[in-house]
Order: sequence, then structure tokens, then C-alpha cells
Amino acid sequence: MSDSTDTGPVLAADGSPLKQSLARALRREKMRALALIAPLLFFVVLTFIIPILSMLFRSVENQIVSDTMPGTVAAIQDWDTGGGEAPDELVFQHLFIDLFNASEAKEHTKLGTRLNYEQTGLSSLFRTSGRRLDDIGETFQDPLEEIDPAFEEADFWYSMMNGEGGEGLLEERRDMWNAQVGGGMDGDVGFVPSQSMIDLLPWTTTAYTDWAIWAAIEDEDVVAEEEPWEAVYGALGIDLRNPETVAAIADYDGPGAEQLQAAVANMDQLPQTSFREAFAEMDEDWLDPEVWDTIAVYSPRFTSGYFLTAVDMKLSAEGVTAQPEDRQLYIKLFNRTLFMSLVITGSCILLGYPVAWLLANLPLRTANVLMILVLLPFWTSLLVRTSAWKVLLQQQGVINEILVWLGFVDDANRLILMNNQTGTIIAMTHILLPFMILPLYSVMKTIDPSYLRAAKSLGATNIVAFWRVYFPQSVPGIGAGSILVFILSIGYYITPEIVGGTDGVFISNRIAYHISSSLNWGLAAALGSILLVVVLVLYWLYDRIVGIDNVKLGG
Amino acid sequence: MADGASNDAFVEFERVQKSYDGETLVVKDLNLSMPRGEFLTMLGPSGSGKTTCLMMLAGFETATHGDIRLGGKSINDIPPHKRGIGMVFQNYALFPHMTIAENLSFPLEVRGMSKSEREGKIKRALDMVEMGDFGGRRPAQLSGGQQQRVALARALVFEPELVLMDEPLGALDKQLREKMQFEITHLAHNLGITTVYVTHDQTEALTMSDRVAVFDDGRIQQLASPDTLYESPENSFVAQFIGENNTLEGTIKELKGETCIVELDDGEIIDAKPVNVDKVGDRTLVSIRPERVEIDGSRLQEGAHTLDAEVLEFIYMGDIFRTRLRVAGKDDFIIKTRNAPDQQRLQPGQKIKIGWLAEDCRALDA
Repeated sequence: MSDSTDTGPVLAADGSPLKQSLARALRREKMRALALIAPLLFFVVLTFIIPILSMLFRSVENQIVSDTMPGTVAAIQDWDTGGGEAPDELVFQHLFIDLFNASEAKEHTKLGTRLNYEQTGLSSLFRTSGRRLDDIGETFQDPLEEIDPAFEEADFWYSMMNGEGGEGLLEERRDMWNAQVGGGMDGDVGFVPSQSMIDLLPWTTTAYTDWAIWAAIEDEDVVAEEEPWEAVYGALGIDLRNPETVAAIADYDGPGAEQLQAAVANMDQLPQTSFREAFAEMDEDWLDPEVWDTIAVYSPRFTSGYFLTAVDMKLSAEGVTAQPEDRQLYIKLFNRTLFMSLVITGSCILLGYPVAWLLANLPLRTANVLMILVLLPFWTSLLVRTSAWKVLLQQQGVINEILVWLGFVDDANRLILMNNQTGTIIAMTHILLPFMILPLYSVMKTIDPSYLRAAKSLGATNIVAFWRVYFPQSVPGIGAGSILVFILSIGYYITPEIVGGTDGVFISNRIAYHISSSLNWGLAAALGSILLVVVLVLYWLYDRIVGIDNVKLGG
Repeated sequence: MADGASNDAFVEFERVQKSYDGETLVVKDLNLSMPRGEFLTMLGPSGSGKTTCLMMLAGFETATHGDIRLGGKSINDIPPHKRGIGMVFQNYALFPHMTIAENLSFPLEVRGMSKSEREGKIKRALDMVEMGDFGGRRPAQLSGGQQQRVALARALVFEPELVLMDEPLGALDKQLREKMQFEITHLAHNLGITTVYVTHDQTEALTMSDRVAVFDDGRIQQLASPDTLYESPENSFVAQFIGENNTLEGTIKELKGETCIVELDDGEIIDAKPVNVDKVGDRTLVSIRPERVEIDGSRLQEGAHTLDAEVLEFIYMGDIFRTRLRVAGKDDFIIKTRNAPDQQRLQPGQKIKIGWLAEDCRALDA
């Protein structure tokens, strides 16, 4: 013990600082504690934290557009979004190269699906166009091969394109492929673009490099032995339209110089229409400025678009605007979910409170029987319970039959108890009731009956004694039960799906729809994130108003 | 019974019986009468029916048979909240969600008193128990003793004529308990409140009460003032329950008015005072208080009988010495001697003679 008056750190018996030896002594215990919770921690991280983070990421992630059409996205930045005009030729030239690559990799349909969430019709536009890009390439390929049959030969292309100094371009295009197909494009290509060709024919070299990487790695071919795909001919067409390139070809004397000069000389045999016109011919929607607005607005790597959609807004060329009336859906669903969860929580309190009171005040033996009855629903499958409600609630169901038989309800006017909000509320109140009763019970169990006696001895009637003495002490139980029931019901899915019809479904049913049917995971993630935030905000509000310390799940 | 129904009786139990299950009686034929202003303690082991009696008086239990009267009126059918009886509970039962002042305000609010009237009464009640500064606190912030005072103040704040206390000091430590015993009796007497106090602690009963009702087996065994109870127990249960007591078993040998001769089971003869034995040949339990046993033969009356005793154990307890003896074949005979300078300190193994005044040795029913 060091209890001297000096101000230095307290030392242990061996002279080391006391803090340090305490930490050493506790380390083993801490490690053991950590080892005990490690499986759970691992499980929680794997099944809870990571999915939530992934959901949050997915709700803003939008890389598919720039990954699939990197050139187009870069070119479109200069275009006047919302100007009412389709972009100019350069953008369409990039679109040709990007879309050709994407359709070879079968990625263009995914991009179409993604953009179709924002504008209906884009999916088929991308799908049909992808199929017909070969045709555009062939309009250049055929005349070029006619001008000089060498254009048909793998050797010719390889000897002209291969060289040195183009490693940068090779890696850049490899990255492009990796981003597009999600990796796996690494390995030896057996080809390096020559720097002089990059300078002379930038489009052609880039397109050839794209093809070379794809052919070598995906198709496992030898680049030098294969004829390139149609996009390369299209790219050569683009290059040849550049007067500077034409001038440079005249001075060029490397491999293929003769053929290139022949192509320049016979330019009139090549198609004269622009790519813009070629795309318009494929599908006139390509000239629709709205299509390009959508592409431009959703070109950034991250977007608020999913969140905006989730609150019935949308990103457009004019900025954030409201969805048209007929597409507004989610705010209504959120409101309905919150409202119905409140109603369900309220009816759980009303029904659960007396039961919990009985449980807490009956003799033990009777209370145990009652407790089994309360827990019984937990031992039955949720699906079975909900389906049982379907049997009870339908128009030809048990409840209606009994009411008609008793004469309370006219046979012609049977009550509509399901496929609407009533059905969802009835069934969910029943299913969530134990979550209200159990915390209430455990709190009530701790309220000494002598409080009520004391209140009565002080002159309070039964009602006053209950309301002023018993009830306030049971509020923490109501709080705990309400939080449980409300948060459970706000995310409930199966029961509304089965008995809710269209009027009684929750936001979670919509989320499920986007995950399993429309496959719009981004929107589902955004809706889920909003739901998460709503729950957290409500929890915070509850903490501010009631105080989370007032929540008791047990004695 | 020491006391029958008198004309000025305030609280009366008449032939009250209580059964919970319809098979056994918890309270058997209870008759009790209390004058206004009395401090009466119901004392007894657990299960003796004392708390049930209190609960019947408070109205939380209904009497199976018989009549309970308060101020001459039968209260059998009056619900608890209309009886106007103050009650202090074993665990205090202070409402945890209210402050001390709100707790005290509660009985006044339900009686519809105005705010200013309430405040005055609350202040007086809190000052009375010296808790005037604690009105804004919550019960959980108070110590056990403070909670006890508040509970008392709450039971008194609406000025009831009768206050019931159900083992109110059970949860306090010894010192605090003794202090509170004094304070409660003081308050009750100063305010002139009629008090029914339930406890299983006989010291508490003796020090606080005007009269003590000793309960056992659903009956009042004896109802008397503390000194009578201690010095003249009427039966062996009371004798053993109140205070420490030595008992010896024997048979009545001779009865002669105020004294009798008892032959103990090992053949020795002692003098005793007959209390509830009738005739020669009856089995009897004689009881002697440890402090009334004499070990100094010179202080005994001429011709008094003495018994041989062997010292088994000598315990030094500060103010007194407590010595365990073997007497008449029994190993648990206790004597207490005052720690005085001239007092003899007995050694284990020592053989002595003990005796007593015949009136201190009471021959009771066996």
C-alpha cells in the first residue's frame, strides 16, 4: 500500500504503477468475458450489423450506371440536362461503344432494369438496342472489308494495334470491365496497345483493347488469332470522321498504313449517317430528351433517388419534384402503417391490461393456467394462427356464420372482416397480445397489494385507488409493452399479407414486393432505412417524453 | 378476560370468528373492548390471528361471524375507505411515484379538502414527525426510519380517531426501533389517538402499550397491562411467550391458599403460587423468571425449599451475568444476576443451591 502524501501515481507492492497491475489482473477476466460473448457477437455482426449497413449502402448506391456506361456518363456531363434536346453525336458515339461492351457482357439489361425504375420503357429500349448494335458495327465492317480484305484478318489488326507504351490504356479498360462485370477480368491478355496507335486512332484502339481483354480472358482466345468484334469497325468509322485523324493517317507509315490510307481514300463507301441517327433509327426513343434526362440524373455513383421515391418524390431534370398523383403510394403506406400500429398497440393495452392484472393477482395455481393460455399462441406457428383468423373472419367464416345464426347480422349484409384494415388489426392484436401482457405482468407482479390497501385506508374508493396509486405504477409495464408491440407491428409482414387484402397491407409488404418481385432492392433498402429511422425517432421521442428508465421488462 | 364490554368502549369485537377456507377458524370467538385513547397491542406468534383481527378492523377482511363496532356502530358492512381509520403498514406502503408531500396530500385530496387547508395539515403532520424538510423527496430517497415517520404522518394527517399499525418497526434496526417505539407512544398519547398495534416482538409490546392482548391459536390468551402480563401470566403460554422463563414440570402436592407445594418429576419439593391449578394431584408447569432466582441462601425466607444445581455455563453480558444450570435433571435452567462489585461469578462445574420466593414461582396449567 502506498498511502504517502506524494502526488505521483500509486504504486503496487512490486513498484509498478497500480493502474497497470490492476489492468493486468483484470485482463484475463476481460478476455474470458469476451470469449464468452464472442459467438453471439460474431452472430450479431454477421446477421444484424452487416445486413443493416449493407441495406443503408444499397439505398444510395447507384454505381451500375457509371460502371456500365463510363464513356457516356463522362460525355453527358456537358449536355444541357432538361434542355429539351437529345445530346449530340459525341454522346451517341460513346453510347455505341459502352452499350456494345455491355451487351457483350450481358450487362445492358441490368442497366435497363435499373433505369426502368425511374422511367418506364427504358428496360425494353436497352434490351432491344443491345441486340442491334452489331448491325451498326456491320455497316462499317462490310464496306471496310470490301475496300481491303485485310480488315478481315486477325493478323492485320493485331500487328497494327500491338506495340508498346499502351499499358495505361490496357489497365484502364481492364478496370472498366472489372467494374462492369464485378471483377474476374485479371490475367494475361497477350496484347499491349501501341502508343502510336492510341495517338493516331484513339477510338479504334480503345475498342480493340476492350475486345482484346474480353477475348483473352472471358472467351479464353488468343488475341492475335481472332478477328475483332463489330464495335472496333464502328470505332474506326468514328476515328475516320475526324479530319485531324485523316490528316495524320496520310503521314502514318507503320503497320496497316496502306489499308488505313485506302479506307480514307474510299470514305464515300462508309455509312454517312451519324450514330445519333443510327440510334434513332433503331428506336426513336433515343432522341427523347426525357430518356437522356433520366440517364443524366441517375449517372452519379450515389443517388438520393431511392429515398425520394420512398417518400413519393423523384429526381428529375428540374430537381426534386413530387411524383404524379397516381404514383404516390409510399407516404400513404407509411401513414397507414404508423396509424394501424398505434391502433394495434392501443387495443393490445386495452385487452392485455386486465389479463395481466388477473395474472398478477390470482392465486399462483390459477395464474399458471392462465399464463399457459397466454403463452399458447407462442407455441403455434404464426402462419397457422394467421390462417386460423382467415377461417374465422371471412364472409362465410365462423364469426359471420354465428352472427347470422344469432340474427345480429342479415345474411345479405355479412360483415367484411378481412382483406381490409379490420382484419389486419384483429389478427395482429391477437398475435402481439402476449408481448403486451408479459411485460405488464412482470411489472404488476412487483406492485405490492399493500399500496392499494393503503390507498383505501386513506379514504380512496376502489376506482381512485386504482387510478392514482396502482395505474401510475404499472405505466412502466405499459411503456415496455407498447414499445415492443409497436416496433414489432410496424415491421410486420406475414399477417397483413394474409388477411390484409390491399387496404390492410403495411409498408413491409411493399418492401417484400420490391425485394422478391420487382427486384428493386435499392428502393426496398431505402424504404427499410426510413422505417428504421422512424423507429429510432419514435424511440428517441419516447425516451424524451416517458423516459427509457421508466421501461421495465421485469422486477 | 380482564376487561369486559364497558359503556365507553370505542372499539369492540364481539364473538368475532374468521375462517378463510370454511374448515378451520383463524380467529376463534374474539371478544375485545377498547376505550377511547388507549394504546393496545396485539402480540402473538405468527399465525396466531392477530393480523387477521387488524385486517378485519381495517375492513380488508370480513368477519365470518360476529360483530365489530367502532364508536358504538357496527362497521361490518362499511367499506375500508369509509371507516376513517389510519393505518401504518409493515412495509410502509408509501406510494413510490409520489413525493412525500403528495403522499400526505392523498388522503386529504380524496376527502376534497382545499389546497390551502391541505398544505397546512401536511406541514403540521410532517413537522410532528420531524420530517418538515423532506416534503419534496420521493420515498426511495429516504432511509427506513424516515419512511417510517412519513408513513406515520400519512396515517395521522387526516386526523383519524383510530390508528392501526401492522408491525411497523419490523424492518428497522434495533436502535432506531427503540427510538421509534418511544416516539410513536409519545405521539399517540399526546394526540389522544386510539391505537391498535400489532407485533410479534414482546419487548415492543411491553414498552409501548397501555394493554397487551396476547394471541395464540386464534384466541386472546391474556389481555392485561404489561406489568401484570409479565409478573402474573395467567397461563403457561403467556408465561413462556412474555420474557425469559424457566419452567419445571411436576405435580401439585399440597394446596394451602396463597401457596402450594409442588413435587417435581425427579422427586424434589418446591414452593409455588397456584395460578390456574385447582386440586392436589394436578400436573403443573411452574415458571420462575431468571432474575427472581436467588443463589444467596441468606436472602431466602426461613424454611424455604431449595434445589441443588450445577453450573454448566457462565456468560458475561455486561450489565448482567447469565448462568446456565442443571436443575432437577434439566439442562436449560437460566439465572440472571446483576453485575455488581460484590456479585459472585459462578464457575462451570460449581455446585450451588438455588431458591426463590414462593410468590415468584407460579404454578400454571401443564
